[in-house]
This record gives sequence, structure tokens and C-alpha cells, in this order.
Amino acid sequence: MNLELFLPELTLAAFAIIVILLDLVIQRKGWLVVVSLAGVVVAAGFTIIMWGGSSQAIFNNMLAVDNFALFFKLLFLAIAALVILASVDYVSKFTRFQGEYHALVLLSALGMMLMAATAELISIYIALELTSISLYVLVGFLKDPKSTEASLKYLLLGAVASAVLLFGMALVFGFTGKTQLGEIAQAIQALSLSGVLASPGLILGIVLMIAGFGFKIAAVPFHMWVPDVYEGAPTPITAYLSVASKAAGFAIILRVFYSAFGLPQWLSLDWGMLFAVLAAIGMTLGNVVAIPQTNIKRMLGYSSIAQAGYLMVGLATVGFSPAADIVGRSSLLFFLASYALTNLGAFTAIIAISNKLDSDLIQDYSGMGKRAPLLALALTLCLISLIGLPPAAGFMAKFYIFSGAVQHGLLWLVVIAVINSVISAYYYLRVVKVMWLGEPASEEKVPSSGALRLALSLSCLGVLLLGIIPGYIMKLAEVAAKMFVF
Amino acid sequence: MDFNYLTTIIFLPLAGAIIVAFVPNLHHKVIKWISAIFTFVPLALSIYLFAIFDRSVGAIQFEEKLSWIPTINAHYHLGVDGLSLPLVILMTFLGFLVVLISWKIDLRPREYFAWLLLLETSILGVFCSLDLLLFFLFWEIEVIPMYFLISIWGTGRKEYSAIKYVVYTLFGSAMMLAGILSLYFATGSLSMVDIAQTGLATFTAVIPVAAIFFLLLTGFAIKLPVFPLHTWLPDAHTDAPTAVSVVLAGALLKMGGYGMIRLCVTIFPQVAQQYAPLLVAFAIVSVLYGAAVTLRQTDLKRLIAYSSISHMGYVLLGIFALGQVSLVGATLQMFSHGIITGLLFAMVGLVMHNAGERDLRKLGGLVRQMPIIAVVFSIAGLGALGLPTTSGFAAEFLVFVGSFTSTVVSGIQVYTILGVLGIVITAGYILWMLQRVFYGPVLEKFNGVKDADILERVYMFAFVAVIMLVGIYPAILTDVIKTGIMPIMGLLGA
Repeated sequence: MNLELFLPELTLAAFAIIVILLDLVIQRKGWLVVVSLAGVVVAAGFTIIMWGGSSQAIFNNMLAVDNFALFFKLLFLAIAALVILASVDYVSKFTRFQGEYHALVLLSALGMMLMAATAELISIYIALELTSISLYVLVGFLKDPKSTEASLKYLLLGAVASAVLLFGMALVFGFTGKTQLGEIAQAIQALSLSGVLASPGLILGIVLMIAGFGFKIAAVPFHMWVPDVYEGAPTPITAYLSVASKAAGFAIILRVFYSAFGLPQWLSLDWGMLFAVLAAIGMTLGNVVAIPQTNIKRMLGYSSIAQAGYLMVGLATVGFSPAADIVGRSSLLFFLASYALTNLGAFTAIIAISNKLDSDLIQDYSGMGKRAPLLALALTLCLISLIGLPPAAGFMAKFYIFSGAVQHGLLWLVVIAVINSVISAYYYLRVVKVMWLGEPASEEKVPSSGALRLALSLSCLGVLLLGIIPGYIMKLAEVAAKMFVF
Repeated sequence: MDFNYLTTIIFLPLAGAIIVAFVPNLHHKVIKWISAIFTFVPLALSIYLFAIFDRSVGAIQFEEKLSWIPTINAHYHLGVDGLSLPLVILMTFLGFLVVLISWKIDLRPREYFAWLLLLETSILGVFCSLDLLLFFLFWEIEVIPMYFLISIWGTGRKEYSAIKYVVYTLFGSAMMLAGILSLYFATGSLSMVDIAQTGLATFTAVIPVAAIFFLLLTGFAIKLPVFPLHTWLPDAHTDAPTAVSVVLAGALLKMGGYGMIRLCVTIFPQVAQQYAPLLVAFAIVSVLYGAAVTLRQTDLKRLIAYSSISHMGYVLLGIFALGQVSLVGATLQMFSHGIITGLLFAMVGLVMHNAGERDLRKLGGLVRQMPIIAVVFSIAGLGALGLPTTSGFAAEFLVFVGSFTSTVVSGIQVYTILGVLGIVITAGYILWMLQRVFYGPVLEKFNGVKDADILERVYMFAFVAVIMLVGIYPAILTDVIKTGIMPIMGLLGA
């Protein structure tokens, strides 16, 4: 067995421990940020070195090291780096536990990296729990009533979702006798259609797994936790939840459904249709309920439910397309990358603004165009990207993901999705309107630290690059989707 | 390597916008001068292109093509032909003049001029793109500056009008996106030129061809606008600042007509022929309904806004009569309406600014205070009702002759005659409006109201010169337009 292939994960784990230990001995907590970032950069370096190589399996086929996993690992590391940068101001206000905060961010990133790589039911569950438990703690980090409530709600609902997932896995294991995804696929293909229909337990298992994973990606109807947790959690953690945790959920769904349940065709059409329906419901509900929201974090919570709906259009495409066709998978990867940058940018701007205002109410953003023109401009760009207008990344991402869906006969879903984009323009533009048209409550400028500005410029630069010259990232996504084995 | 004229023309205003927006501490005079320079150079370049345009061949010229997104086979592909070149000139012309028209803006000038310049880039991009994705990208960008321009610098119910405009436009482009995606997967190409050339021979559509045609048409019909999708227009026009109304009526509406010819007619000639009777009927309804509603407006600006609906009805009539003359007429009408209505809105802006009133019931006798504005307003009005020697006459005459003699739609003669009736109503409201504003007893409250100043006279003269030039010698444009229409006639099998 080749331990070199596990180096990114090992690095991250090591740095998480170093951060905790260092926290005990140093007084200037700023170094914790530097050390955490160093860990992320080193892990990313190892990941980049491995990129493009042939796919391999380690730990008795439990973990896959293929370009698909590497793509997601890089994505999670980039997200973690931006979140750490965006947290600097926020965390410096804590009197205690700064080390734990950064260590938990690193550990949950580790969990997500494992989620992208696991190819075996039990390790999937473990990776998922590693991610979730770190996030439960992070959500409750503020220890005020709202944050605590959010954490408790997230923990309880998350535990139920895990139980459902585990039950689904147990059923699948019961009917196939295997836990390794590739072996499950072989066992299913050996079953006859009538054999499956006679005992619907396998289908039930698959549906329960969708429910369990659906919690992670905030798919309707497993989305109830989203608005409260997003509102109560520390804002950097909300950003982290809304992009990284969702991306990890999609990574694991893609791998499980594509490699274990991808064949026979009737099965993949079935779950494809299920995702298509969930997508239609998710984006419609998310967008409609986002309209009356007055708290910007809550609004972005519902918006992320809607975005999960657009993403599930990609999953439906994967279900409807033949196994060799990569457009569904690569467009999903591209959408995740551009969504991650966009949402991180939006939340970073919100962190900067709410640091000053101590409020997340949309009405308090009034006149932000005068008080902080660059912050307001960046937030406007990110909101435009969320609507899906050019020249931002969201436009290309939607074009790409919808083009795949049209290709595989999902035009009805695309029509629902584009009409939903129109609805979404209404509430995103409301924030824009308040910022640029409203009168400022005071003339005081809104300051932002260097770290925040760096995180914000990086995200906005990424949003513009992916919107104007997306060719290169699309190519990477294609490579990642192609190498997807097991 | 040839000089990339089109890229330069499209992106100079954007460069200006970036300078204006991000260079700190610019005096507002400097901002205006920068805007003027960055819109004048594209105007000069586009006139130069017009001069060296090869009128003997019906082909795309000044083409630029680079690979843009290899994964989905999208190209950065620009080019103009006889159809788009006049519209490019129209936009650069208006683009420069609206900077002059906006010279008196002092509310947040930095943002205002940045958005105005970005708007010009996006409209020019729409007219020059030959790749469907690029076309759609520019088409969508336009929404953002329009939203800000109307909602910040507008008047009245500006925020309502702005969001109404955005929702309508986005709904239209949502339909268009579905159409473009279906077209892309039916043909595997995003190039307008390739799709039009190979035709629908290799077509493996997921939905009927006619459905794709109508998805695209919906987007364009909202923009043009065609009854009953027009209700955003009066609000947006009435509440937009003067310069934005000029661009909106002058160039933005033309994106709809241009898209119909470039995509609907060129790519789906058979479907267009099949549904031409229906669309011609819609055109006549737009003409008559638009004119009738205009007749009873009491707000000067709203009146001009409604008149656009009726005039764009002629464009739709010319397009779906599907004859060579009628298509040339439709294109000329787009150009001519752009200049004439642009001037009308500019004049309305001046009357509003100088007299402080735009309610027709309260205006009157202004010819005494503002003789120059009265004369120019009257010339523009006469152009709108199609008086000979104005461009309006040349354009509408071609549309009527072309559609009367068209062989595609049976009974189109009746429709054409109904359409000509629209001219009569137009004459009614234009003359009535001029009389109410400028003639009648001199009102005391308007004593001391100023006439146009030097700068205003300059741009008035430019507008009037173009109206007269095209009116007296329409061949200067029709020669070029014809080279763009000929290939389409070939596709239509005529």
C-alpha cells in the first residue's frame, strides 16, 4: 500500500493537531491563522502533484485517489483557506478557543476530503460523521442563545439524517452483501429486474440514502435546518456550511450513485427522475420563500436551498445520460466551483459589513454603496452571479448545467429552472437596491481588514474569471469527471 | 493580422466605464469628457467601417474568431453584415449623443456614466456577436446597467418600473436560453453562421422545431415589444432618465427586431413562413393598438413611449412579410425609428427640464419661449408620422410596398392597408401633441423659460442631419442593408 497517496489528508490532520498544541503555548494568536493556512497550502501542494495521474485505490479499496477526488480536495482546501482568511476578524474577538476554531475548520475539511474519496459504505459514514461533528461544534461556537439553538437543531436533525442514511446503507448491504461501491454495482447488475421488484428493499435502501444525503445538500424536503442554522451560526461558518458541506454532499452522491447505482439503465433513470423532481421542488420552494426574508443570512439560506435545486438538475442529468457521457458530471463540478466562489464572496462581504453594523437585517444595508463602495460592489457582483447573469460565474455555470440537461431530454426541468432564476432576481436585486438606492443611516465608513479584503478579492476575481474565460476550469472538471472509476 | 475594429468598438466604452468607475477623485467634468471621448472614438470607427464596407458582396465582414470555451464549442466570434452594421452605427451615434444629452447630470455622475458606457458595450456586443453564447451573454449584461439607470436616476415610480423591466427581460431571456440550448443540442454548434448554412438538415431536436422558434421569438417579442408583451415599456420609458429613454427606444428595442431577423428568420425560414400570417396579425394589432392608446395619453413622455409600440409594429410587419423589400424596410425602420424617437425623447427631456412640466394639459404656447426646440421637435414629429424627406417616410414606405407585394402571406394586402391606417392615427397624435405643447395661447407661468443652449443645439443638429440625410438619400443605407438581406432571401427560397 502506498501511503504517499494519503499525504494531503495526513498533512491536514497533523496541522490540525499542531494548531491545537500551539494554541496552548503562544500568546499572539495571529500565528494560528498562519499555521492553519500553511497546512492548507501544503496539503494543496501534495494534491496538485498527484493531479492527472492514473486512478488508484488505497486501504483495501476503501479510498479512491482519482482526479474526481483530487478536484474536490482542491476545492475544499481552497474553500477552507478563504474561510480561514474571512474568519480572522471574527475570531480575533473570541477570548478563548481560537486554536480550536481553526483546528475544527481543518478537521472538517479533512472529513470532506475523505468524503470525496471514499468508495465504501462504512468509510463514507465515518467521513460524513467526522465532517458533521466538527461542524456541529463550529455552529455553536458563539455560545449565545441563537447559536446554541442552531447547533442543537443541526445536531439533532443531523443525527436523524445519519440514522436514516445508515438504515439505507444497511438495506443496500443486506440485498447485495457488499459494502464496496464497485462490488455493489456488480451485485445489482447480477439481479434480475423481477428479482428487485419482488423485494423492494433495495429500492427503499436507495431512497433512504437519498434522504440521508439530501440533508447534507439541503435538498427539499430535508432542508428545515437550513434557515435557522445559517442565521445562528458564526457568519464564516455559515459560509463554510453553505459551500463546502454542500459540495461534499454532492461529491459523495455523485460517487455513490454513479458507481454503485449507475447501471442498469432503468435504475439510474429512476433515481434520475427522483432527483429531477427534488430539483424542481427545491428551487421553487427555496426561491419563493426567500422573497419575504428580512435577514440576509436567512435569505441566503433559502437561496442555497434553491441553488441545491439547480445543482440537482445536474444529478438528474447524470441519471438520464449513458455512463460514458460526462457532461452531467463535469457541469455539476463546474457549478459547484463557481457556486463556492460566489457564495464565499457574498458571505465575506457580509462578514465585513456586519462586523461594523452588528446586524444582519437587509434594511440596515441601506446606503452601503456610499459607506463602503467596494464592499457593496463585490456583494453586488456575487448576487448577480447567484441570479445567473453575466459576466459572473453563475451565468456560465447555469448555461453549462442546463445545456447538459437539455441534451438528455430534461427540457421541462430547464424551463422550470430558468423561470426560477427570474423569480430569484427579485430578492437578490432587493439587496442591491437597498445598498445603492437607500439612504445611509450614518456617514461612517465601513472598515475591513486586510485578510477580509484578500479573501474578498480572491473570490471576486474567481467569479469574474469563471464567468468570462471558463474554458480552463471546464477542462479540469471534464478531466475530473472522466477519471471517475469504481 | 488586421486591426480588430469590432473588438475595439465594443470594448472602448467598457474601458471608459472602468476608468470612470475606479480611478479615484475624478472631477465630474473630467468624467464627462472621458465618457465623450470613449464613445466618440467608436462612433468614428464605425463610420469608417461603414465607408470601407464592401457593398458588392452579401457576406460577414470584419470578422474576428477566437476559441473561447472549447468544452462547449463556443467561440469569441464577431462580425457585421449589412443587417447589423446600420444598427452598430445607430448605437455608437446614440451612445455619443447621450453623453452630451447627459451633460447636466450631477447626481452621482461617476456611477451614472459608468453604467451608461457599460450599456453601450452590451448593446454593441449583441449586434456584433455571431456566436449564440456570446450573443446571449451580451444580451443579459444589458439588464444590469438598465436596472441601475432607471432606479437611481429615474423619476416617478422608478423602482417599480426598473424591477418590472428586469423581470420582463429576464423572463424573455429565460425563454431564449431554453431555445438556444435546444438549438445547440439539435445542431451541436453555437455559431449562427454555421447553423444558418447547414440549415436544419442535421437536425435532431428534442422538441419540435416550431417550439424552438417560438422560445426564441418570445424573448425578442418582449424586447421589441409586441402586443401583448409590451406593458413594461411605457413604465420603463416614462420613469427612465432622458438619456436612458433615448438609448432604450433608440437601440435597445432594436435588439428584438435584429434577433428576429438574425435568428428566427435566418435559422428557421420554413417555420417563419408557416407562422408568418399569425405574426403579421400581431404586428397589425401592435400598430393599431399602440397608436390608439397613444392618442389618449396626457403625459408627454408616456405618449412618445406608446408611439414606439406602434412603430415597432411596422418592423414586425416588415420582417414577417418575408419579402426582400419589406425586410430592407424593416431594418431601415429600426434605424430611422432609433434616430427619430431618440430625438423625440431628447426634446421631451429638454421641455421637461426647461419648462418643468410634462403634462400636456398644462403645457401650451411654448413656441414663444423655445423656438428652436419647437422647430426641432416638429421635425422629429413629422419624421415619426412619415413625412417625405424624413427617414421615417423612406422606411415606412419600403415596409408598406414590401409587405403589399409580398407573396408569402395570403391576404397581406388587407393587413397592409390596416397598417397604413396606423399612419393616420400617428399623424393625429403627433400634430395634436405639437399643437398642445407649442401653440395656443402663451402661458404666463412659462415666461423666462429658456431655449436650447449651444451644446443642445449641437446634438439636435446631428439628429436632424441624419434624419434628413437618410430621408433624402435612403440608398446610402439601403445599399448596405440589401447585402445583409440577400442571403436571407436565398434561404427563404425566393
